[in-house]
Formats: sequence, C-alpha cells, structure tokens
Amino acid sequence: MSILVFVELQNGNLKKSAFEAAAYAADLAASRSTEAVAIALGESNGDLEQLGKVGISKVWHVADAKLNHLTSRSYTKCIMAGVEQTGADTVVLSHTSTGKTLAPRVAIRMNAGLLACVSDLPDAEGNYRKSMFSGKAWGNIGNKEGAAVITVNPNAYTYVVKEGAAAVEALAVLLGDNDFDYTVKEVINESAGMTPLPEAELVVSAGRGMKGPENWGIIEELAGELGATTACSRPVSDIGWRPHHEHVGQTGITIKPNLYIAVGISGAIQHLAGVNQSKCIVVINKDPEAPFFKAADYGIVGDAFDVVPRLTEAIKKMKAS
Amino acid sequence: MKILVCISKVPDTTAKISFTDNNTKFNEDKVQFIINPYDEWYALVRALELKEANGGTVTVINAGLADNEQIIRKALALGADDAIRINMQPEDAYQTAAEIVAAMNGEQYDIILTGKETIDYNGGIMGGFIAEMLDLPYVSMASKLDKNGDVFVLEREIEGVKEIVEVKAPFVLSAQKGMAEARIPNMRGILASKSKPVKVVEPSGTGARTHVAAFALPAEKGGCKMIPAENAEQLIDLLKNEAKVI
Repeated sequence: MSILVFVELQNGNLKKSAFEAAAYAADLAASRSTEAVAIALGESNGDLEQLGKVGISKVWHVADAKLNHLTSRSYTKCIMAGVEQTGADTVVLSHTSTGKTLAPRVAIRMNAGLLACVSDLPDAEGNYRKSMFSGKAWGNIGNKEGAAVITVNPNAYTYVVKEGAAAVEALAVLLGDNDFDYTVKEVINESAGMTPLPEAELVVSAGRGMKGPENWGIIEELAGELGATTACSRPVSDIGWRPHHEHVGQTGITIKPNLYIAVGISGAIQHLAGVNQSKCIVVINKDPEAPFFKAADYGIVGDAFDVVPRLTEAIKKMKAS
Repeated sequence: MKILVCISKVPDTTAKISFTDNNTKFNEDKVQFIINPYDEWYALVRALELKEANGGTVTVINAGLADNEQIIRKALALGADDAIRINMQPEDAYQTAAEIVAAMNGEQYDIILTGKETIDYNGGIMGGFIAEMLDLPYVSMASKLDKNGDVFVLEREIEGVKEIVEVKAPFVLSAQKGMAEARIPNMRGILASKSKPVKVVEPSGTGARTHVAAFALPAEKGGCKMIPAENAEQLIDLLKNEAKVI
C-alpha cells in the first residue's frame, strides 16, 4: 500500500518542513517497496515539482484559494480524497501547528494509529522514536493498527537531496460552507522576514542580562549577520521588553534549531525544556555559575555588551574571507 | 454557557525523569505531579474568566486513577464548578479522547478546551481527536478567546503568523500562551473545593491504538567547552569548523 504525505504551503511556497516530511515518506515508501505521493492544498507559486528532489514522483494539488488558510475539516476532507485516490494506508504530515491539527482527524477516519512527533523511520520492531518529557527522554512507540498516521518532528529528520521533478496533477474536491470550521478574518505576519522560530535552524536569544529593551540592537545585529531568528526568555517577554511570540521555553515555543545562542539567560529548567533539543547550544553569561553552562556545548563567561558585537564582527570577517 | 476543560496530570517541570521495569514504566517515585501547565494557566483560567463575565458553568474532566484527585481539587479550588474523573490509567491520546467523549454522556458543551500539548507526551493531538469524535469545529493553538455576541473571536499564534478567526459554538480549542495569566487558588476557593462534586465514571473500555514499547534517556552532553572572553572570536571558528552549524 502506498504512502500519502501532506506537504504544507505558506504564502504559496513549500515550507522547509514539507520537504522533511516528503523525504521521510519517500524513504519509508522505499523501505516498503512502495511509492510516496504528496498532496498540497491551496494556491501554489509553482514549486511543487521540487518535491521530486526528495523522492516524490507525484503531487496531488487541490488549488482552491479557499484552502489558502487551514481549517481542519476542509483540509481533512481533501487529505482523505488523496488517501482514496492513492489507496494509501499510511499518511505522513509535519509535526507543525497544522500537522498536529489535522493528524487526529485523519487518523480516526483511517482507523489508524497516530504516531506523533517522531524523529526517525521505524526501527526493526516497527517502533517509532519520539521525543518526550519536553526533550528529557525518548519513547519508542508501537502502532497497534494496520494503518498509520505519522507526524514528523521539524528539523529532526535528515535526508539527501537528489535530482528529479515530481509530476503535479490537479485534484478536485468539492467544498461547501460546512466543510470549514471557522472564518479566517485576518492574517498578521509577525516574522518580519525572519524564519519563524519553530522552523529556524539558527536562533539568537537573549534574557534579562540585557538590562533593557533598548539594548537589543546588538542581539539583532548578531542574528542578522548569521541569518538567525531572534528569541527571548520568559521574564523578558512578560515585562514587555520583547513580543510574546519570541518567548521560547516551557510555556512558550519549543524549538530545536541546529544552533541556539543564549545571551544573558541563566537557564532555568523551564527555559531549558523549550530549547534542550537544539543540536548545539552556546551560552554567553557574565555569571560563571549560571546553570545554563551545564547544558551548553560552548560557553563564554563575559559581558554581553563586549562579547556579542565582537562575534558579529568575526562573522563579517568570516563571510568576507 | 457550559464549558468543559480537559486537564491532564503531568510530572512537575523540575521533576527528574527516570524509568523502571526495564525502561517500560515512568518512575513516579518522589515525583511531584501538577496540572499540565497549558491546561491550567491557559485553558482553565480563560474558561473561568469567560464564566465570570458571561455566567454559566465550568466542568473539568480528567482520565486517571484515584490519586488524580489532588490535581482535580486544585482545578476546583481555582474556580471550576464540578469535575468528572474517568477511573482509568490512560494509554494513549486516542483512547483518552474516546473515553472523554463517552464520559460526556451526550451532554452538550458550548466550548471544550484542552492545552496545546501536555509536557510529558508532547503530542498536541488531544483536541483534534475530541473534535473529530464529536464532529465539531476545531481551533488549535489559540492564544486569545473572546465572546462577541453570538460568535467567538480567537487568535491563533502559529509559525510566524497570527490568525484572527471567528467561530460559532459549539467548538473545541487547544490553548497556548497569551490566553490568560496564571492564577493561584485563594483560601476561599480551597475551602469551597472540598464540597464541590467530583463524579467518578468507569471507562467504556475503548482500547488504545498505540503503545510505548520502551523509554530511553538522551545521551549525556559531552560537557561545555569554555572559551575565554578575550578570545570570543574563536567561537565563530569552532561553530563553523568543529560543530559545523554555521
């Protein structure tokens, strides 16, 4: 039985997490000697054939402008149309806000087990590894059903980019008013041109050690030079120095970038819970006793106002050479 | 307005995570349990605020054995009117959702709230299961919830974008930061909670669809490499050539 992968678009372009989910589905299909077919919803700027580079041969495209924004019923109806077309017994999605929203509905309609937030292809026993306890443990999850719905943790699955172009085929799904959960009144872009935090590979974050919101310039410059997204600790967003959507940690956003640079953040356990899956952690703090150093890969004990601008300069030099 | 809030019992954020029985069981020894923060700070507190402004009732529902009474009483002390406890040890989100729907016993609620995820299983899928089982609209990742006449206006904070949506009751939502500020139960609430009704219902027997075969702890970090502040520039070289992340 084939595998269907739902690939997310944002502003008409495939998201980075969409390529990860597609590659996961293609690799899973290859291990089962079957094929992976993708489905995309909403208007596209024309990059769907790029999915061929991660092993997808065909993409179903429901190009209805009403699908430019998620609602769980309309999207589920389209995904199920794709399941029927392909006869898939496995559906793969990204473990993004959209994937998490859709996966339960799809799983129930397919009588499937839902393997959420997995990082790897199933092991020899057919179990899926997933991060649990806010990054403090792994679980190996088994499926009791024949059918499976899998959500793939963003920035966790590594894959090879090959040559190839996928064939894009239009799929028509009739949608009535009752197929939409709600009306989307307004969409406000908050990312200001940066990669959104949950998808960012590089993040520069700062905390109370910055002493005041007027001092964030050096953080923004370092992030800008790196091409990183800015983030902050909870106290800083609570007192209004930085917007709430920048707060990473237990009660804010959980991130797993390749590089997390924390400036002037002591590293409370609640903060660590949101960032401890980062592949490389750099801590810059003037307090050598800051608990964050225990969770870091690289540390600098020093004054942020001295160290950070020098790092920015060093990156400029590296790029110039 | 009738509101149902699903609450989960989770180990406190600071709890040491370890496993027993050949890494198949979470070790509860010396672990402090709390209401899942997303269920409490955001879902429950906002539900209580809506009730206080518009009238109605807030019921909390939890799947767990008798020792879950402690977190249920806390929810009542915060201001929930009554509680339902499904007498079971939940095995997965699907089973828990099915039992929550069964325990509702046909009762209609205007809003059903969950947290955006639990801090132990980190699935973020409970709200979607309940919405599908009840055939209701589902507003996930909601950071704001207001009543405006006969519609509800919600904000969804998602990857780099804020969406403002309008939905009619009944609906299901998953709550995240922004929806409300944390509350601490006061003495009156704690005293009142002791006499509030907790209905215990037996599970319908729906089976789980997934199971945990084994747990594992992550590999220890190799230790932090310290760079003297006067050589800070060296970090960039290490990130590029040693860690290979830039």
